[in-house]
Amino acid sequence: MNLNDLKLLSPEIFLSLSSLFLLVLSLSKVDAKKIINLSIISLIITILLVCNLWFGWLFEPSTKNSLLGSFTSDKFSLFFKLLILLASLITVFGSFQYFISERTKNYFGEFISLIFLSVVGMMLLVSSTELITIYVSLELSALPIIVLLSIHRSKLGIESGIKFFILSAFSSAILLYGFIYLYGLTGSTNLLLIQEYISKMSLTEGSTFIKYGLIVSIVLIIAGFSFKMAIVPWQMWIPDVYQGAPTPVAAFLSVASKSSAFAVIIRIFYTSFSNEDLMLDWSLIFAVLAAITMTLGNLFALNQKNIKRLLGYSTIAQAGYILIGLAAIPGTNSINFSGIQGSMYYLAGYLFTNMSIFIVITIIITRTKDETIDGLSGFIKISPVYSIILLVGLLSLIGMPPTVGFMSKVIIFGFAINSGYPWLALVGVVNSVLAAFYYLRIIRFIVFEEPPKDKLTQVHLLRNNRTILAGAICSILVLLLGIIPFILLEMSKKAINFI
Amino acid sequence: MNYEFLSYLVILLPLSAFIINGLFTRNLLGSASIYAGYITISSIFLSFMISLILLFQIMVKSEQFIFDPISWISISHLYISFGIILDNLTIVMMVVITSVSLLVQIYGLSYMHGDKSLTRYYTYMSLFTASMLGLVLSKNIVQLFVFWELVGVSSYMLIGFWMNRPSAADAAKKAFIMTRFGDFGFLFGILYLFSVNPAYLDINTLYSAVNNGEISSYSATIISAGFLVGAIGKSAQFPLHTWLPDAMEGPTSVSALIHSATMVTAGVFLIARFFPLFDISNIMIYVALIGAVTSVFAASMGLVVDDIKKVLAYSTVSQLGYMMFALGIGAYAPAIFHLFTHAFFKACLFLGAGSVHHASGTFNMKYMGGMRKIMPVTYIAMMVSSLSLAGLFPLSGFWSKDEILAHAAHQENLLGYFVLILGLIAAFMTAFYMFRAIFLVFHGEWKGGGESEQKELIKNSQSVHPTIVEPHLEESPKFMIYPMVILGALAIVIGFIVNPLIDLLFIEKHAFAHFITDNYEVFNGDKTKIYKAGGSPKFDLLIAIISSIIAISGILLAYALYVKEKNISIQKNLSKGVIYKVLSNKYYLDYLYEDIIIRKLFYKKLSGFLRWFDENTDNINVQISTIVTRFSRSILFLQNGQTQVYVYGMFIGILVLFLLFYLRGGLI
Repeated sequence: MNLNDLKLLSPEIFLSLSSLFLLVLSLSKVDAKKIINLSIISLIITILLVCNLWFGWLFEPSTKNSLLGSFTSDKFSLFFKLLILLASLITVFGSFQYFISERTKNYFGEFISLIFLSVVGMMLLVSSTELITIYVSLELSALPIIVLLSIHRSKLGIESGIKFFILSAFSSAILLYGFIYLYGLTGSTNLLLIQEYISKMSLTEGSTFIKYGLIVSIVLIIAGFSFKMAIVPWQMWIPDVYQGAPTPVAAFLSVASKSSAFAVIIRIFYTSFSNEDLMLDWSLIFAVLAAITMTLGNLFALNQKNIKRLLGYSTIAQAGYILIGLAAIPGTNSINFSGIQGSMYYLAGYLFTNMSIFIVITIIITRTKDETIDGLSGFIKISPVYSIILLVGLLSLIGMPPTVGFMSKVIIFGFAINSGYPWLALVGVVNSVLAAFYYLRIIRFIVFEEPPKDKLTQVHLLRNNRTILAGAICSILVLLLGIIPFILLEMSKKAINFI
Repeated sequence: MNYEFLSYLVILLPLSAFIINGLFTRNLLGSASIYAGYITISSIFLSFMISLILLFQIMVKSEQFIFDPISWISISHLYISFGIILDNLTIVMMVVITSVSLLVQIYGLSYMHGDKSLTRYYTYMSLFTASMLGLVLSKNIVQLFVFWELVGVSSYMLIGFWMNRPSAADAAKKAFIMTRFGDFGFLFGILYLFSVNPAYLDINTLYSAVNNGEISSYSATIISAGFLVGAIGKSAQFPLHTWLPDAMEGPTSVSALIHSATMVTAGVFLIARFFPLFDISNIMIYVALIGAVTSVFAASMGLVVDDIKKVLAYSTVSQLGYMMFALGIGAYAPAIFHLFTHAFFKACLFLGAGSVHHASGTFNMKYMGGMRKIMPVTYIAMMVSSLSLAGLFPLSGFWSKDEILAHAAHQENLLGYFVLILGLIAAFMTAFYMFRAIFLVFHGEWKGGGESEQKELIKNSQSVHPTIVEPHLEESPKFMIYPMVILGALAIVIGFIVNPLIDLLFIEKHAFAHFITDNYEVFNGDKTKIYKAGGSPKFDLLIAIISSIIAISGILLAYALYVKEKNISIQKNLSKGVIYKVLSNKYYLDYLYEDIIIRKLFYKKLSGFLRWFDENTDNINVQISTIVTRFSRSILFLQNGQTQVYVYGMFIGILVLFLLFYLRGGLI
């Protein structure tokens, strides 16, 4: 480890240290508010450190790779680090009310510290360029979440924690099996070296053993990461876990964890498996998976009454849309990898959209203990501000202009058509209609139903400036990024230079 | 100096005034805060100053600014950028917009004084100015369309500014819907252009494509037809002109800025902007015909209207028709020149109408009279502007109108003579109705103003429009007078100064015509094209004399009919004739549109059919949703909450993937 490594790893190192520091600090008698503020500050510093690596304000590292080529800090990873950090920042910032609530106030320190550790895992995950590192970071990001899921020791919480633990163990095993195949075939764990080896193999003539081996490893790797990305049929844990999880954890899980899984699968497939014949194969697999995921996710959601479960299904459907971008490989005539650009744009937009919904839902559930959609009846009369934040988020999930949801759908369907999957775009559009049904149903409850009499008295309990601020910023970004998409598109264009 | 930043600033200043007024002034200082006016005025003043700087820069250095666009969306072949195009046409429009807007905003300080929603008024006005500036500065057609619609929206909001008056709300709705018809055509043109080649959405790329002959005459015709429909809607040309007279329901200052000087000229601007494209299409003749017909058609309706603002509205439609047919016969420079001079004298006339209303309490000319003694400044300003509009030597209207007519005469073909005759007829009518208005308002006896109109309306048990109020006969306050004086002065001199017949001190001969055709992007330095577009006009003494005689005879006829006491009987007889009835009923076009097309055809037939269709097919979509919902329920058993099932699912997924690979056949 030399100075350059330190520079490249500065965000991760800072965040791990502050995680431990906060954990210790929360055991002391320091005021809870101060600790939460401190955690927000340390997240902001980490974000600044990541920005520093992107723009090179303070120092510029001499190379982008470190730790014997197993870690890279290219713009692609920095882009995803920003997403993950922003997601956790909004989670921590917007969930203030939740942290100081009766249930959580005794262990909010552990809560924050575990979120930080998971974030560190995800940050390492998007930066790793080597199979073993990927696996270790993946586990680092998953283990704290298991604890977080059951942190309340409620029946549902423990159930969701155990389900996540078992299924995540299974998927890790599947993933490892895929990695082993890959290692066995190529003799290397470094993604770039694997790519070199595969390009040397003549896939059309080579031994059937190698071909089968490659296919086995591709399938197993897709299956392993699909668990995290919430792709059907590896998605089944999602609704149960979301329902049982503390709402901030569900929010964090839905955006940060998903982004990191998408990042690493993009990196593996676009470096190691970027052979042209191979690309055509896995692109089709992704296309089929995307279609199935969108459709089933939306169909499951249609009859949901529980809002957290419904949001769980909604994240599944959204994962299907994002997967379209992975399927949209460049056509034979053009050599731009814009399909991923679409996925990255979608993920970034989805971050703000979903976060704005989740933090409002968090505060409502913390206060009213009512998780059904009916509980939102007439909510616009109870709290107009929260309702507007929710409405903007839901409209963005439907894909209404001028929100970011609309723009990302336009972009991603455009890619699908350009890369020869018009049917996939069609499935996507039909699914948008399906999805509009259940999102609009929530909107109907919020806007057009009469609020129950007793709810009106709870108005004062809901007010929380931090949540409003975080939600308002998210809503404004949802609108702004939809109207002016070029900032994000330019960023993502720079980020995909690693290919 | 960074000119790109300056050009953006021109738009951003009024836009920030809009944001400040809309978000903060209203909340902090109340809804009738005069500070909103100050904010708007200062921002537009700065924009005006910057426009002058840019104008100076373009004139002295004779360079055009084309800045690198900002990419808005760029996804593989879909590339839409936003940018600034600052050429000679744009800078002329910018100067017109910012100067007229500045004067109108100052006028508004007094005219809107005491209105409960003054902040809202200035908020909308700032938005309008910003979007109009954005429209003329747009480098990309999509961007242009965005601002085009923003202009439409702000016009809608300002026409319906007094939204608690049903007539204002109706007029706003009508204006919006009528222009939407045009916008549909415009959008169609854009989409067709997009399908030809997305790169052509960039206006400069389009110019060079036209110059290199990359666009076929066929596609140019389709695109231009779409754009022409857009221009017809926005510039209130026949047959979509009916919204503009109704739009007079808005505050008079709004009419002065939006419905005479700036927004309605957007259609003319659009055709001028895409002049090379129109030039290679087969549409030009229709532009000329529509313009010429509109100029006479609207003027004829203006002959009989009693509402002074509606007279001006018809006059605006007629003058826009002039500009249109000028463009149609290829007289690019004269059309823009007329747009330029018209903006000042027409704005002055509208401001004068507002000033007259301020004193008399009504817009109905039948109840005015003899006001020249009460408000001499308004009288002189309106008189001068009317003379200018009528086209009397040597006022500014004379020069621009004469150039158009001379250009038509020099065409030496059937179309040229046809539009020339129609143009002369329109000129006669214009002189007549303008001086009819002047004589009715300022000469003769005072007929009681708003008070007596109120009485008569109540006597006939008709509703009294809220603009009819008690008169208080005195000259308007100074903030209303000064803008009129400035605009009146411009109406006298600006025509000769900017486009003189001979070399003036600093200004060379035909400076404006040279300047406007010195647009490299549009004319590509082609001498013959520039000459054809009116780059160096010839002064035609014959045409000048004929048009002057016609204008003077129009004025004299008005004098004979409306000032001479003994001719009042003729006046009364005329108003019983059939022609009068047709004209005062606006050729029954409103009846045709609203009663026959909308109520009878659209509501009864089409909506009836759709309703029948809906009632009989409603079941189908209910069925679809029931099936989907049932299907959704039936697969929920997969999510039964048992971990072992989930693990099965995971493994089945892997098997399915292997199967997929097998079916695909790819590697195996």
